[in-house]
Amino acid sequence: MLPGLTCDVAAGSVTGLLGPSGSGKSTLMRAVVGVQRVAGGSVEVLGHSAGAPALRTQLGYMTQAPSVYGDLTVRENLTFFARVVAQSTTTVDRVLAEVSLQEHADQLVASLSGGEKARASLAAALLGEPQLLVLDEPTVGLDPVLRRDLWKLFHRLAAQGATLLVSSHVMDEADRCDALLLLREGRLLAQATPSELRAQTGENDLDAAFLRLVEAAR
Amino acid sequence: MSLSVTLAVARRVLGQLRHDPRTLALALVVPCMLELILQQLFGRNSPVFQQVGTPLLGLFPFVTMFLVTSITMLRERTSGTLERLMTMPLHKVDLLAGYGIAFALLAVVQATLVSVLAFGFLGLEVDGPKWLVVGLAVANAVLGSTLGLFVSAFAQTEFQAVQFMPAVLLPQILLSGLFVPHDQMPRALVPIRTEHVLITVARTRCQSSSGVSTIPATEPTSVPRPTAINIAANPTESEIRPPYIERASRSRPRSSVPNGWAADGGDNSALKSSASGLTL
Repeated sequence: MLPGLTCDVAAGSVTGLLGPSGSGKSTLMRAVVGVQRVAGGSVEVLGHSAGAPALRTQLGYMTQAPSVYGDLTVRENLTFFARVVAQSTTTVDRVLAEVSLQEHADQLVASLSGGEKARASLAAALLGEPQLLVLDEPTVGLDPVLRRDLWKLFHRLAAQGATLLVSSHVMDEADRCDALLLLREGRLLAQATPSELRAQTGENDLDAAFLRLVEAAR
Repeated sequence: MSLSVTLAVARRVLGQLRHDPRTLALALVVPCMLELILQQLFGRNSPVFQQVGTPLLGLFPFVTMFLVTSITMLRERTSGTLERLMTMPLHKVDLLAGYGIAFALLAVVQATLVSVLAFGFLGLEVDGPKWLVVGLAVANAVLGSTLGLFVSAFAQTEFQAVQFMPAVLLPQILLSGLFVPHDQMPRALVPIRTEHVLITVARTRCQSSSGVSTIPATEPTSVPRPTAINIAANPTESEIRPPYIERASRSRPRSSVPNGWAADGGDNSALKSSASGLTL
């Protein structure tokens, strides 16, 4: 799926994984969290090989589709996941506040809107105070205010020492990342900071910079 | 494996059931309804009710848990929650055991409810402790759950999972001894019934309310695989016994002799065999 892809993600930073649908973002993320069968090559995460049992307490993963139980309330979902990662129920209130879902805490997940479901799923990933957060399109379908708040949260977590790998298919989110990985058709087009990317391509707009890279790669 | 995680899974599954009163009601009411229909259909003292009533108590949790488990696990896979759990400090055994505990608890409620109805109000009788019937029902629930988990791996959609029900459950029910006692089954089916079906019928002497005739009653239960293979490899007493017709002419009272033919007593190994889950 991802031939010859080599990249590094710096600890304590927010790295954006950008590329169009089908470019292999999710596959790469699955490889990092250790649920994707890797045919060759190695994936090293926090000094362990991906999927190692030691990593499971240090990792937060949010899948692209909201991976929470629709037939439970938000709080019940989070309480369950908190028990699995051996966290107390006070953690549940903390993450509810972080994703601004307190008002919907006792609502069934199935009755929430798409964006609310995504936030419930994100909250579950935040429970264990993970060192590495792998978030697959966490801000899809959110209103701009919430999106800004979440990016603030991501940077706050990074400032506290966590490493975040966040995927997106919208280039305007690229500017919010410390570093970027640009993927297209399973290949890594570029690994740079947003300003490096601008300097490298001579484009001010990151969307245009991405296009320039695609054309250059041909 | 961790007990707290296992219990967390069990609590979560029960929580999901609690939010789904319709499923809960179906699981608890339908068995009672079927048992009542059966009793009304044949009458309280009829041998058919007495013979079929008890094994049905074991079949209900088997079918219910098969369906509930296969669909719940399938949802777990398709919704991505399984993928998330696999990145968390949760062992697969925790997940399976959690499911097992939750559905076994549901089975206890289901089996108790329908047993109270059948034994207390409908006049069903069984020779031997009634709690054993509830115990067997729970064992059947676990078997149903196991099979449900197994087929959920082959189903991609809930639609497919439901289609597995006739494919997997109906043969089990046909071969369970409910329709043809095991010792009268064609030899070709014998290895299937013991090894693959994992439901065997323990013969219990069951007395009708009149107290006159002795009817062989059947109870489905599960057999551990090594035991099953052992049985399959060794001919049982019933298999080396002369054929049915011959026995009829000798008119000897045996455990397999149909209703009314064994006026002078049935098989005393009833309780023993039902407890060990073997056909003797």
